[in-house]
Amino acid sequence: MSERPSAYPYVWRLPLLIWQGLFFVGPLVLMVAMSFWLVRNYRMEPDFILDNWDRMLGRGYFWDAYWVTVWRATLAAILASLIAFPASFALAFRVSETTRRWALFFLIVPFFTSYLVRIYAWQVLLAESGPINGVLGWVGLGPFTMLNSGFGAMVGYMTLVLPLVVILQTFSLANIDRNLIEAAWNLGANPRATLVRVIVPAAKIGLIVGCVFAFILSFGDFVSPFYLGGSKPPTLSILIIDTTKSGQQWPRAAVVAVMMIVTLFVVAFAAVGAAYGRRK
Amino acid sequence: MSKSSFTMTRRRMLGGAAGVALTAPMISRAWAQEPVQINMLAWYGHAEPDMVAEFEAANNVKFVPKYYAGGDNMLALIAQSPPGTYDLILSDAEFVQQLNAAGYIEEMDPSLYPFDDFFPEYQKFPGHWTDNQLWSVMVRFGLLGVSYNTEALTREEAMSYNAFWNPKVTGKVGHFDWHLPSLGQISLLNGNRNPSPFDIDGAAWDAVMEKTLSLKPQVGGYFDYGGTFASLKNGEMLAMAGIGDWITGVLQKDGAPVASVIPEEGGIQWTESYSIGKGTTKHDIINKFIQYMLSPEGQVKSIQMAAYPGLSPLKSGWKAIQDANPAEAERSGLIEGHDQSPIKLLSEGRLFFRDIPRQQSLEDWNDFWSEYKTA
Repeated sequence: MSERPSAYPYVWRLPLLIWQGLFFVGPLVLMVAMSFWLVRNYRMEPDFILDNWDRMLGRGYFWDAYWVTVWRATLAAILASLIAFPASFALAFRVSETTRRWALFFLIVPFFTSYLVRIYAWQVLLAESGPINGVLGWVGLGPFTMLNSGFGAMVGYMTLVLPLVVILQTFSLANIDRNLIEAAWNLGANPRATLVRVIVPAAKIGLIVGCVFAFILSFGDFVSPFYLGGSKPPTLSILIIDTTKSGQQWPRAAVVAVMMIVTLFVVAFAAVGAAYGRRK
Repeated sequence: MSKSSFTMTRRRMLGGAAGVALTAPMISRAWAQEPVQINMLAWYGHAEPDMVAEFEAANNVKFVPKYYAGGDNMLALIAQSPPGTYDLILSDAEFVQQLNAAGYIEEMDPSLYPFDDFFPEYQKFPGHWTDNQLWSVMVRFGLLGVSYNTEALTREEAMSYNAFWNPKVTGKVGHFDWHLPSLGQISLLNGNRNPSPFDIDGAAWDAVMEKTLSLKPQVGGYFDYGGTFASLKNGEMLAMAGIGDWITGVLQKDGAPVASVIPEEGGIQWTESYSIGKGTTKHDIINKFIQYMLSPEGQVKSIQMAAYPGLSPLKSGWKAIQDANPAEAERSGLIEGHDQSPIKLLSEGRLFFRDIPRQQSLEDWNDFWSEYKTA
């Protein structure tokens, strides 16, 4: 007699399925559907028109905003990864377990405060009459225009992503099998070769995940390019705001949002491929 | 000697007093009538205590505001709400016709409002009347011109929109991030005054776009309400297009070296008006509130509104602010013959009511604004 299949494992999977359905698949389907809807008298009406796609993808300003967003997010991801790595390396290999725990705690602390509040603080610091230019002025430099510029936006991106990237890199580096590093030394590898040929490949997954998270968060961020970048030029998230503000064109905003999601899917899958792909 | 059945001990007295104290609010609450709730749809500030607290206390009403940012946002909020949701709607004048066309507002009785006290130029405000039917009552307005840092530009330099191209403000010209006022100002600079900077043909529109794009190298950013305040206050922006005293007036009170002028090419007037929401049942109290806001007392409050100052369209409003706060009357030009007096500017043909584009669609203007921002 065959054994009856147990419902037990399915029950455990249920919360995840419900969560994904309610908070990801459902809204995503609605958003895709909405991109074909019509706005009449400031009210959305379900329909199936291609006009929204045609209008948004046919406009030069959409593609300008798209490539600006991709470029800035890429730069932010690379910068965050490079800036984070020395700190992560030190936390993983050069400090005691206690120090590492405290350091990780202090990396989490910034998340206790509102990101917007931190950006407002940067507005004061980066202003031409702000303290940073004040200090530079004492040594005969500046004043420099840092606010309402690409530099300002990048400072904001770093504020958002850097602590997270350091945490992810640190976990990844700290979990490397120390025997591999010792073996490299015993085989005569110098520190640089050990880093490039042993440590980085061994921590590859964590490093790529950190980089991808930095890209994703920067790609969708509205606050930094708006409040520190002066909307100059607008990114896709600013374009969404502009589109909804004027004429309540939520369907056209949905087109922008779908394009953003498609881009992030492509980047995420490419990153997963790079992280888990077979080594040569 | 037998004890009485009730002895007032200290404990009992304290207990009784506590009971009375605890029940007193319930008794007084039962006696007092619950305040009538008035749902107001408005720009930020109109239902704040500095504007409505005295009226609320005197009439046992409570304003419940829903604040919006921009006419489109206002129309969307009404469109997505059941009829009767909003008792009182404060809108920009150029959107009154759309409110009326969509059936969101009720006809008003002109005899209830002091139209004789309005300056003649504002008695029959465009879009507020259809023949002799009244749909909205103007309550305040303001002027949009050149706003500038007084330490960077002189008043004479600011007396033309060409100030935005002045090398002294390269990279420091900000835009309030809304296409209508900024493009309207460029349209004025291009000489589009007859009939209005918003009523221009295709060739004039092309010229406006070209002129606007030439400003791009001067531009330091595009800002929302808060960003506009911050960037002017901290000196990041030295000149700002698309705004006026409604921003710099607040900053001046804070000691910031900023000012606004209506340049020689002319200025743009924003106008705020009250309408009665379709489906409301509170006509009497709403009319009473509009009358209050049009009274000298209400106009003095409106002129000095904490969120952003406005001007009075009523003769008695000017007189009242001249008596109550002469410095403010002088600062805002609410004195007959003042060189920034709106009535003088109107008579000189230098003031134009903000409008929606008449020969292009709003989408055309908005699309160009997006192109300009990414250029």
